[in-house]
Amino acid sequence: MFMEDNIMSNSTEVAKTSRHASTSADSQRHAAASESVLRPPVDIFETGEGITLHADMPGVAKDRLNLRIEGNSLLIEGTIGVAPQEQMTALHADVRSTVYRRSFTLSNELETQKIEAALKDGELTVRIPKRAELRPRKIEITG
Amino acid sequence: MFTRVPYSQVPLFAEFRRLEEELDELFGTSTPWNGGIRSLPPGTFPAVNVGTTGDSVTVYVFAPGINPKQLDISLQQNVLSVSGKREVSVDKNGTYYRQERFGGEFRRVIALPEDVDPDKVAASYRDGIVQITVRRRESTKPRQIEIH
Repeated sequence: MFMEDNIMSNSTEVAKTSRHASTSADSQRHAAASESVLRPPVDIFETGEGITLHADMPGVAKDRLNLRIEGNSLLIEGTIGVAPQEQMTALHADVRSTVYRRSFTLSNELETQKIEAALKDGELTVRIPKRAELRPRKIEITG
Repeated sequence: MFTRVPYSQVPLFAEFRRLEEELDELFGTSTPWNGGIRSLPPGTFPAVNVGTTGDSVTVYVFAPGINPKQLDISLQQNVLSVSGKREVSVDKNGTYYRQERFGGEFRRVIALPEDVDPDKVAASYRDGIVQITVRRRESTKPRQIEIH
């Protein structure tokens, strides 16, 4: 099942089925999502300028990170690049998948064309600005 | 409402975790250290994976966004300890909807196989993963015995 979060909701672990499950891309995604994936922990906050999201995705390098906007949802996906040697046997494993995936529903006032993202030391930062005309403006009181 | 609540402390999720651990035990998917005396509840920062080959043991510590210079890694006999501090930036003017990431001091202690050589350790930090490799002693490596 495809996990979808509302970017501004406080409720955690809300699982919804994707609304448009008929396209082939979606069915592929459903198939992929049925494998065990890691759900990266996030911090999300809003300021007058927009919304900032920080996600912990240790092991993901820039070329293995995939950020996508589909309709009004933001998909964050990444693969852990550290490849253990073939003959290695696991003694202990807290992390049992190599894929991170999480998605959020965006709202209309956000400017999806101007999203900026940065990745450093396994920390992803995504900045989603608000449309200029919708940013809060301070109204000066004159007279 | 906006306080940090790790999943493991939310009763319902704790219950799921317990179930998961029990299933792990039942189906033998658990690794020898899950019941270890130094093991920590699942979801504790940082997550750790340990793998071994014939001649070395490699520990992967999933610690994003830390300064590796401030990390304290020590190996006493076969007991590896990794401790440090993770600074998570908080925007004072921001309205927070989620704060799931770990911030603060952490420490993990792991008993490695007994034949590791504490003098032969190498550590590196890349993309938020600390990789620590310890050689195993020559004498305990599997050796091919030839018949003459």
